[in-house]
Amino acid sequence: MRKVAIYGKGGIGKSTTTQNTVAGLAEMGRKVMVVGCDPKADSTRLLLGGLAQKSVLDTLREEGEDVELDNIRKQGYGGTWAVESGGPEPGVGCAGRGIITSINMLESLGAYEESEGLDYAFYDVLGDVVCGGFAMPIRDGKAEEIYIVCSGEMMAMYAANNICKGIMKYAQSGGVRLGGLICNSRNVDNEKEMIIELAKKIGTQMIYFVPRHNDVQRAEINRKTVIEWNPACTQADEYRGLAKAIDGNKNFVIPKPLAIEELEQLLLDYGLLEA
Amino acid sequence: MLLRHTPQEITERKALMINPAKTCQPIGAMYAALGIKGCLPHSHGSQGCCAYHRSTLTRHYKEPISAATSSFTEGASVFGGQANLLQAIDNIFTVYEPEVIAVHTTCLSETIGDDLPQIFDKAIKEKKVPEGKTLIGAPTPSYVGSHVTGFSNMVKAMANLAAPGGKKNGKINIIPGWVEPSDMEEIKKIAAMVGVDINMFPDTSGVLNGPLTGEYKMFPEAGTPVADIKDSGNALGTLALGEWCSADAARLLDTKCKVPCSVLDMPFGLKATDRFVDALRTVAGTSVPDEIMVERGKLVDMISDMHQYFYGKKVALVGDPDQLIAMTEFLVSIDMMPIHIVTGTPGKRLEERIMEITAGMGRPVNVRAKGDMFLLHQWIKNEPVDLLIGNTYCKYIARDEDVPYVRWGFPILDRQGHQHFPTVGYKGGLRLLEQILGVLLDRKDRDDPESKFELVL
Repeated sequence: MRKVAIYGKGGIGKSTTTQNTVAGLAEMGRKVMVVGCDPKADSTRLLLGGLAQKSVLDTLREEGEDVELDNIRKQGYGGTWAVESGGPEPGVGCAGRGIITSINMLESLGAYEESEGLDYAFYDVLGDVVCGGFAMPIRDGKAEEIYIVCSGEMMAMYAANNICKGIMKYAQSGGVRLGGLICNSRNVDNEKEMIIELAKKIGTQMIYFVPRHNDVQRAEINRKTVIEWNPACTQADEYRGLAKAIDGNKNFVIPKPLAIEELEQLLLDYGLLEA
Repeated sequence: MLLRHTPQEITERKALMINPAKTCQPIGAMYAALGIKGCLPHSHGSQGCCAYHRSTLTRHYKEPISAATSSFTEGASVFGGQANLLQAIDNIFTVYEPEVIAVHTTCLSETIGDDLPQIFDKAIKEKKVPEGKTLIGAPTPSYVGSHVTGFSNMVKAMANLAAPGGKKNGKINIIPGWVEPSDMEEIKKIAAMVGVDINMFPDTSGVLNGPLTGEYKMFPEAGTPVADIKDSGNALGTLALGEWCSADAARLLDTKCKVPCSVLDMPFGLKATDRFVDALRTVAGTSVPDEIMVERGKLVDMISDMHQYFYGKKVALVGDPDQLIAMTEFLVSIDMMPIHIVTGTPGKRLEERIMEITAGMGRPVNVRAKGDMFLLHQWIKNEPVDLLIGNTYCKYIARDEDVPYVRWGFPILDRQGHQHFPTVGYKGGLRLLEQILGVLLDRKDRDDPESKFELVL
């Protein structure tokens, strides 16, 4: 089983990209489990056709510690398993600990056992690696490959670079590696070239360039992944392409994050070029 | 009447626990770690945690307990405790020179998400761990489980030292569970009598019940050597005593090193000891030696001689799950009636096991995992008992309700003997009966009218 974690700046489209890619993998016949590690619990909405999932922590809160696997995971598009960690209400409690609790619980309930026949487990993780809890998916023995969703905007690149610092810390002791940057296009000038260059500087690759297309929003309104909503549209092929790229990826590295000046320079070099 | 505010009427409580029948995970982890030879337990958290855990163990075992701490401050809780732990590892190996540092976490370090394996790796890479020395670590947040969970987690961390692929050593691993140092000694003695070559971990005998020699040794010449723990992966099999305390470690040895395991109840009382001896006899391929049959015979003799005093007596029990299961079975087997049973440790299986064991009594039994002593007290008010068995915290209930009371379990803070006289095995069964009879007959002598006051009982 390959264990994959998706990180990236808040609002960059991690959940959307993850679910659309997972749909692509499911279409290829892969058995996938998606674990949403975001207190908003919206990481599996498109796969399940709505916010239909009761989160692990809600289940824990309401039903006590005797939770069964069937209470916390649901089957969605293409036979994928969907789990939401969930978390406290905004402004209270400790969301990071929530993620530790729910991943431990999934492990003890046997969600990752060989008998489950999983090809992939995807962790969709909130925003930056803000505290120890959000690094849980990249601890030793958990996710082994990481993809960072970014775009050509400064803050997205800044966040990607920051996440690389977190990965580096855990990669030095454990098996976690960076698999590449996924560019989720915002139609920034020279975006593709800039992310290719950023990836190169970090020591990795831009594994896929997902162009911006309104079909993504249309599918979201319909609570579906693009592949499910309109399998024939061009954007569906893009996600198939990303799924295939991840499925065949062999390029796993310990990232070398950039100094902030280098990052700014990169932006100057590419941002000021005539498009 | 110190507990005079406890009402008889039982109302549903959800959030509140009163007089809990459990304590912190790290206390169990610390006790387990002391069963490794030359081991310094280390508490990865704030100083207060470490001080409380050490003092609880000291109060029970009446021995000084050495343990180090990461001494978290405001800074550590913001930035994570890695720097503190690295410094601590360096200091401890330099100053105190233990063979092993057994790190357990605390609520705070778990919540901020410190990852022990990653920090250990860094310590090794930075050459803070001298050649031949060992680091083990267990996650022990007290908001999960209880002291029993902490014990189990640390024993599992020990089992994780074993590596697969070695040459079979012809031994049987015994994981004794959280029992007294004296009990661990007794378990070794029984195995030796049956003629089984065992490798037992942890082993606190000689560590927490040693002699006063006038000379202080930070690391007594006792406990299981690390080499033996590592060698447990090469054993023929594992006998794990107690599902809650020992099963996780035994199962890890099974999956990691292919050492088959069987999980038995803790050998308290006649039947559970029978099963333990039988398991030993089976692996040794011998018959039970006469010596053991004589010990057993003595226990059976006392049960039958004194049966009239046991028969039909109602008992309330507080303790940890593994102990409660064995004790309930023992009491039922001598025709006593354990009717109120509470542990603070979670686990629905306890309630199921107790129900099975007491099914033959033909009467309802109150049992609650994740319960508290307040509830037990209420049950006693609603249906009084003839005997209360539990740790020292029960003394308030015993006094208020004027119930004969035997101290058994953890912690015992106000009486002595538990470190030295076992309650496991047939010998231990005799001691339990001696204590039970002692308090029952003292009560009889106190309460009998003059016309019934007997010289011979």
